[in-house]
Formats: sequence, C-alpha cells, structure tokens
Amino acid sequence: MSDAAPLLLAEGLTKYYGRQLGCRDVSFSLYEGEVLAVVGESGSGKTTLLQLLSTQLAPNAGRVRYRLRDGETRDLAELSEAERRFLFRTDWGYVHQDAALGLRMNVSAGANVGERLMAIGWRHYGRIRGSAVQWLDRVEIDTERIDDPPLTYSGGMRQRLQIARNLVTQPRLVFMDEPTGGLDVSVQARLLDLLRGLVTELGLAAVIVTHDLAVARLLSHRIMVMKGGDVIEQGLTDQVLDDPREPYSQLLVSSILPA
Amino acid sequence: MNPLLQLTGVSKTFTMHLQDGIRLPVVTDVAFDVDAGECVALAGPSGAGKSSVLKMIFGNYRCDAGEILVRHNGERTDVARADPRAILKLRRTTIGYVSQFLRAVPRVAAIDVVAEPLVASGIAREDARTRAGGLLARLNVPERLWALSPATFSGGEQQRVNIARGFLPDLPILLLDEPTASLDADNRAVVLDLINEKKKCGTGIASIVHDDDVRARTADRVIDITRFSASLR
Repeated sequence: MSDAAPLLLAEGLTKYYGRQLGCRDVSFSLYEGEVLAVVGESGSGKTTLLQLLSTQLAPNAGRVRYRLRDGETRDLAELSEAERRFLFRTDWGYVHQDAALGLRMNVSAGANVGERLMAIGWRHYGRIRGSAVQWLDRVEIDTERIDDPPLTYSGGMRQRLQIARNLVTQPRLVFMDEPTGGLDVSVQARLLDLLRGLVTELGLAAVIVTHDLAVARLLSHRIMVMKGGDVIEQGLTDQVLDDPREPYSQLLVSSILPA
Repeated sequence: MNPLLQLTGVSKTFTMHLQDGIRLPVVTDVAFDVDAGECVALAGPSGAGKSSVLKMIFGNYRCDAGEILVRHNGERTDVARADPRAILKLRRTTIGYVSQFLRAVPRVAAIDVVAEPLVASGIAREDARTRAGGLLARLNVPERLWALSPATFSGGEQQRVNIARGFLPDLPILLLDEPTASLDADNRAVVLDLINEKKKCGTGIASIVHDDDVRARTADRVIDITRFSASLR
C-alpha cells in the first residue's frame, strides 16, 4: 500500500430513487492496493453505492474523485464521456454477480478476454491470443477451451473468465458485486483463493460488495457495514467482525452458522 | 530509554446489544510497559481479560479508553486511535501475534501460510518458503504436510503452523496467546527456545502462558491482570 494520495474518494454520496432512499452520505477514501468490503443485507444500498462509485448512476448529492494514471485527481462527474469510457476499459474492472452481464456469452472465451485488449488499441492477433491464453491459465481455465463460448462453461468457470477479462488490461481498481454469489461452496473457495492471490500479487484496489462475511474477512482490509442506505459502522475488517459495536453489526456477525 | 510498548489507562467494555444491551466490563486502567528484549507474562484466571488486552494491542479489539503506544523506527503510534491503514502497517512492520487458533484458508499450502507475512513484507517467495520450511522442520511438522492446506491438520499441527507463521518474521514486538497450549513436551521445548532466541535478538514479548514451567523459563516479569480486571475487582 502506497502512502501517496488516495486512489478513490467518495464524498457525501447520496442517492434517492424518487422518494426511496438508495444510500445516504457515504464518504471514504480508498488507497492503492487496498480492498474495501461493503456488507449488509439486500436493500441496504450496497449495490447502489457500487454503481455510484463506478459512475453508472449519478448521485443526488456528493461526488466521487479518482486519481488518474497521470497523477491528477479528478471529479468523475466532470470527465467527458470518452474519458470515462477509457477508464472503464483500462484502469477499472467490474465483476458482476451474474457472469452473463460481464461476458459476451456467444463469443469465444479467447475473444472475451481479447476484446478488452483490442479496445485499448492492441491489433496484433498473436499477441492478443497469447495474452488470452496466459490469463485463462492464470484463472485456472483449461486453455484447450479457449475457443469455446462461455455459454458452454460452468458457473465457476464463467466467473473466473469474467475475472480474466477484467484483469487483462491491468486495472488499478476493480469493483465486484457479489463475486461469489450463486456458486457452490467448493467453487466459491477456489474463486476466493484465486481472487485473494491476484489482489495481492497485482496490488489491486477493490471495492467488493458482498453479504458473505467470510468473503469480506478473507479478501478485505477494511469493511463498511450498511443498513437501510446508511453506513452504520466501518473500520479494520477483523476489528469490525471480531468486536462489532453497532447492534446491527452484532446481529450480522452472530447470525453466521458455524460449519 | 522509551519502552517499545506502553499501555496506560486502557479500558474495555463489551456491550451486547442482542442481549438487552448488557454491558460486560472487561478491564479498566490497564497500565504496563514492554521493553526490548524482555518477555512480560500476563497472568490471571480465565475471563480476567488477558486475551482481550493482547487483542487490543494488535488492534483486533477496539480500545474504549487509554493509550497503547507502540514505538518503532522513530515513529510513535497509538493503536487505540490509529486508523485501519496505520494498524495494518504496524502488523507488517512491528507487531506479530500468535493466537491459539489458526484461521486456515482452503487451498493454501501450510508452507505458504507460514511464508505469507515474509512475502507481504517484500521478501522473494522462494526465499520466504525456504525459511518457512526451516522453521516448520524445527517444529517437527513433517515435510509431506507442507504442501497441504492446514485445514485438515490436527490441532497440534495447526498450532505449530501458526507458531511458525508468527515467529518467522523479525518483528520488534511479539504477542503470544497460549502458544504452547496443545503441544507435546518436545515441541513445547522448541517453542521455549524460539521465545528465548527472540528475546536475545531484542524482541519485546507480551505472553499469556498457563504452563508454569514455560512461564518460569521465559518471562522476565509477570503482570497480574486481575489488578485491572473489571469483573474480578
């Protein structure tokens, strides 16, 4: 973790859907190499927050600032559409819970990975394919399957392919929305271990939305507990999980069934 | 000389919101120092708050009041008030912690569990693994187990993996919570040697040890935690 300026800064982020509260007054800063978990039950505002941070939604109040590769920290709302698209293609990754939203299901796995490289100007077919092979291997997908579309993949493989597609451009920040949701426990363990390795090796910063506290404990440095749109507690992950202060955090932690 | 670790007025109360907001005071006004090269044993019956004190020093539990000053590389950090990044940095560079229980991660080999803190501090993976293997061998963990995840190990084997992980990095402060609890005599002797070697290198140690023999042979001072124990006073 570097001591430089934060990579991402959220300031007073608030979003209403009509009269319905999405999330309210969320502020935090995220540094390079730091993983923040956002936990809470359905409807707590986790996904709204993720969409605000990644500029897929516009806030009613507050702003998000991001330190670009040139070192300049900019208000994301003031970026041009082209600049924002460029961020999405290169410096950011977004891993959806439903892999079908993050992949093109009918084109080959290799093309799914290569597409992000072509979007940033790679043209040499051999190099693109080479990089795709490397990444499939890295996320433990049999490279023999490179020409098969993800439609023919299992849920766990699809999720690993989505991760490869996101990481191939060496982003500095990855947003993940329930990355292990809907997977079998054994498949989850493999994915988590993979993510954990990649995050440390590549020094990625990440915001991970999850309702699974075990995922948060394994992957994150810091945690934010949300309830009804508000952040009710935040801090060091093991501190919040082992010594939760707020009634709702205590409820969440005590609701885990021992295996 | 300023102590490595200095606790003053440290207090901790748990509030159990799910049980009618019952307040469980654990310790009040804890004060003690740990100097370089000494081992301070925390004593007292179960429930006196010994582990809670160690956990507060490591930043795992919050500290309600008081100061937990850690000195290292000319910097002074108050763990009670430090932000998460500062605490994580302290854990990488300054404070190690060996608990009674290993939190095993599926699919991560024992040798990598042990090597991980070294790798995180910037040492090359192969070098870190070699050193991890050396310590595992010294703690009599058979080499055929090194490549397996400790999730399936026996309690004693898991504890030795945990000890190796905690003792491998050279950190100036080491917190030990019952490091010999489920070990046989041979391995207890190894841990005893490890503790005394750390002391010789200048490591300041705070330990919880129930075994009187181990305590007598490692501790320079004993702090009776019941003096600060909120429930026993």
